[in-house]
Amino acid sequence: MSDPVLSLRGVCTDIAQYHILQGVDLDVPRGGVTMLLGRNGVGKTTTLRTIIGHWQAREGTITFDGADITRLPVPARARAGIGFVPEDMGIFSDLTVEENMVLAAASGPLDPARRDWLFSVFPPLQTFWRSSAGTLSGGQKQMLSIARAMAEDRTLYLIDEPTKGLAPAIISTMAGALKELKAQGASILLVEQNFAVARALGDTVAIMDDGRIVWTGAMATLAGDAALQERLMGLSMEAH
Amino acid sequence: MAAAPEHRPTFAALSLGDRLARAAPFVLIPALVVLGYATIGSTSSWLTLTVSGLAMGMMIFIMASGLTLVFGLMDVINFGHGAFISVGAFVGVSVLIALGGWTGTPSLMLNIAAVLLAALAATTVTGALGWGFERVIVRPVYGAHLKQILVTVGGLIVIEQLIHVIWGPDEIFLTRPETLKGAITFAGAAMEKYRLLAVAVGLVLFVAMRLILTRTKIGLIVRAGVQNGEMVEALGYRLRLVFIGVFVAGSALAGLGGVMWGLYQEVITAGMGEEMMILVFIVVIIGGLGSVEGAFIGALLVGLLQNYVAFLEPKLALVSNIGLMTAILMWRPQGMLPVVKAK
Repeated sequence: MSDPVLSLRGVCTDIAQYHILQGVDLDVPRGGVTMLLGRNGVGKTTTLRTIIGHWQAREGTITFDGADITRLPVPARARAGIGFVPEDMGIFSDLTVEENMVLAAASGPLDPARRDWLFSVFPPLQTFWRSSAGTLSGGQKQMLSIARAMAEDRTLYLIDEPTKGLAPAIISTMAGALKELKAQGASILLVEQNFAVARALGDTVAIMDDGRIVWTGAMATLAGDAALQERLMGLSMEAH
Repeated sequence: MAAAPEHRPTFAALSLGDRLARAAPFVLIPALVVLGYATIGSTSSWLTLTVSGLAMGMMIFIMASGLTLVFGLMDVINFGHGAFISVGAFVGVSVLIALGGWTGTPSLMLNIAAVLLAALAATTVTGALGWGFERVIVRPVYGAHLKQILVTVGGLIVIEQLIHVIWGPDEIFLTRPETLKGAITFAGAAMEKYRLLAVAVGLVLFVAMRLILTRTKIGLIVRAGVQNGEMVEALGYRLRLVFIGVFVAGSALAGLGGVMWGLYQEVITAGMGEEMMILVFIVVIIGGLGSVEGAFIGALLVGLLQNYVAFLEPKLALVSNIGLMTAILMWRPQGMLPVVKAK
């Protein structure tokens, strides 16, 4: 098995006086989709924000592509090849869709071929290219948020609940886009509450509870074992 | 590459009322100008006051534009901004005094060259001072508003005292370069040449700033950073460097505003920046924190209103801008064109 693209060892993160992450150990394999699952409030979003650097780990190490990035500032982590789609989408609503995308291409001008590909994946972006991003619907904003992360080739994508609150038709667009990324060999660490999407996309799974990873394995193993789902997450995928 | 699954795009279109409400601040300036004409009555007086108000507004805008971006980008309340206005005025006027031979001859070329050199010296010195101010005074107190107020006010006092040490405690009187003295007459109205120059400089700077903010990548980073700095960093941009650049540029603009204001008033004092900060803060607040367009509209409203009211009812001139701020904040508590900031 090849080296993981991302490894967390004993990562602890505090937010104010709260110890949110309490020794996270996680390996994200190179290529494919790793699902980060768990109940609300167990530390999934904090894990992603610690990896990108918005929260600083108090203890532990984060290794990305063989390099220790634990103390690197956020821009350096992004330039190292980590794309981040936050839970709140992080859209620049006073900027147009075009300006959001131009900004996303941090290393140079937005490649026209890449832009056209993104148009094929997310058609509304072309329709509303010159519109203010603040006037887009929730689903369109989510498309823009993911398209922005995809504006340049990244080694790893951290994506936080991309289907939250979206209509089924738009969820299928999101799933299609993530499959495209996966087919291109990208590594994705995905937090997702929609288990149908998780099952369709995930290759491996890490389940969190109380600020720790409590189970890792293949998605097929988890999907085929209702008792395991019940024990680890307090619910069954069959119910979704 | 696979085609996207079918779905029907929707567009959350704004209602007509919402669109009109967004455009309303842009109508305020012409509305105030028309109201001024209706109340003043005399065309020549109205024209003179309007040019004077626009000139004053443009100079306030030059001083306020940097401050609003600094606040919007890094959430820093910099009361020390007034010090850059004063330092700019003293440096610029010192250059003009040193170039007395150029300013005293009725040569447009030499006069403009002297003013340009004074502006260059003022912006260079205040830009450098801003860089040092950010490193020494502001950087240790990011994220702590109360401390920011205390240390930047302290910085302002120290710099004012340094002006006393370097240039002496007295005010300095100056005269404008020869070709910028006097007025031209248009439609029976006397319009001071210097005020027309101030309007032109203000307009050029506003257009340049707009072009930089909307047509360049650094401008995009600044606008995006004002809304959601965390996300800008996650895209790979070193926002701290951008902020330092904006802080330096804002300080330099304050210095330019200072030298222009000094030439406008024909007297400079160490406390002039501190006095101007009242108007500058009013402009930044009513414009919407972080909004350059808002600061531009706010500055012109302040300048025009103060001139009209001073003519119509001089005793009310001092409170007119406070009244304007109160009215606008009651209408739009976030200012006229607030920047939508991430939570």
